[in-house]
Amino acid sequence: MYESSEIKERKLVIPGDSITLDQNTTVEGLTYLYKLNESTYMATVTALIDVETMENKRRLRVIPLKGRYIPKEGDVVIGTVVDVSLSSWTIDINSPYSAVLYAYDYIGKNFNPTVENIRKYLDVGDVLLAKIAQFERSRGVVLTVQDKGLGKITSGSLVEIEPCKIARVIGKKRSMLNMLMEQTRCEIFVGNNGRILLRCPSLELEYITILAIKKIESEAHTIGLTEKIKDFIIEEKVKRGLIRYEIK
Amino acid sequence: MKLNKIKLIAEDGRRIDGRLPEELRPIKIDIGILKNADGSAIVEYGATKVLAAVYGPREVVPRHEELADRAIIRCRYRMLSFSTQGERKSPAPSRREIELSKVIREALEPAILSNQYPRTAIDIFVEVINADGGTRTAGITAAAVALADAGIPMLDLVVAVAVGKLNGVLVVDLNGLEDMNSEADMPIAIMPSLGKITMLQLNGVLTPEDFRKALLLAINSINKIYELQKEALRRKYLTVEE
Repeated sequence: MYESSEIKERKLVIPGDSITLDQNTTVEGLTYLYKLNESTYMATVTALIDVETMENKRRLRVIPLKGRYIPKEGDVVIGTVVDVSLSSWTIDINSPYSAVLYAYDYIGKNFNPTVENIRKYLDVGDVLLAKIAQFERSRGVVLTVQDKGLGKITSGSLVEIEPCKIARVIGKKRSMLNMLMEQTRCEIFVGNNGRILLRCPSLELEYITILAIKKIESEAHTIGLTEKIKDFIIEEKVKRGLIRYEIK
Repeated sequence: MKLNKIKLIAEDGRRIDGRLPEELRPIKIDIGILKNADGSAIVEYGATKVLAAVYGPREVVPRHEELADRAIIRCRYRMLSFSTQGERKSPAPSRREIELSKVIREALEPAILSNQYPRTAIDIFVEVINADGGTRTAGITAAAVALADAGIPMLDLVVAVAVGKLNGVLVVDLNGLEDMNSEADMPIAIMPSLGKITMLQLNGVLTPEDFRKALLLAINSINKIYELQKEALRRKYLTVEE
């Protein structure tokens, strides 16, 4: 059930390469293409194109290989507090746009800055898991923590990778992420902005997980990655004497 | 005239460095060489060596400069003080460098889809490490690959090359000596897949007929460099795949 088995064809495109689409083709990630005329599109970024053929329907998936994180409403991100104002925090979310989190949202009730000090709740340097509530390109990003599992992060370690490679860390139907969690017994929270939070039972497992994530990042464009990473983790575990061997 | 006395084309039609008129200098393109930059490239046109680094899209630092509908593109072209022959170049930005920064920026702007990132800045730095003619053209070629390496959406790559006239012969990709003694020098930047010209300058005199020939010559050379650019971008991902 890994993603490699479903992919029929994969090619690398660079800006200026043209792609011909017909009526039977659907495209995921059309924002990375530029329409030249009715059926010809041009790639605007260095990207991989996965072509899946089912009966007489073609499905293209454009996966960019590099680029900054652009916020999207509903994304879960991991941010750090960089500034505190009277009734809000400025959060760095690893994107060209900085985000705001309002005090009333974090505290859950009306906040009066004359009575309370906002730094009591969150101060510069604190890390939090939040969801993007609003994003307008002309205004900015507004975060919310009003959802299950969101809020200040007090333990664990943070790994940062390129945001466009997050999709590979999760994998198709979370296959990669489930495999990682199963193999390393770590709790993994993936922020869409390229930051990953790990909570691991031991230092050695944490180290292996970080190595595996970095390997996913550098080999994101290869086929059959989940299997490769699984073998890699097992190998590392054997090397460190955590397990003796495992039957595949 | 004094200029015409210098013999730049030999009897057998070869130029001072042994090239044929329509022959390019050996070109080398390497990408992703700087760790801190989002995208980077080093381009060599013979002895001319240019480093380009791209940062962004990132927050605009003097806040008032940001634009509500698109990203601002800032470009700085600079010649390092050891890049020239003979006298050391002053490190202070000269009038020429400021002008070339603008020329390079305007050559790249049509290719960049800046409206996808409003209220941000894209910074392009072009540093000439070794100058031997054609630094602006090498700079544009390098900056275009660095932009693609940074993952910035572009309509097409941009390639630039100079065409000149030496002793009445049209030649491509002039080196330092030819550049200084040419009858005409015309740097051209093109988006090859779209077939659109983004920069065209002309120093000296060309007849309309010569101009047409020169343009064709440039397009041919640009297509060759374009292939090298694409190969450099592909190479980065293919080496990991093995």
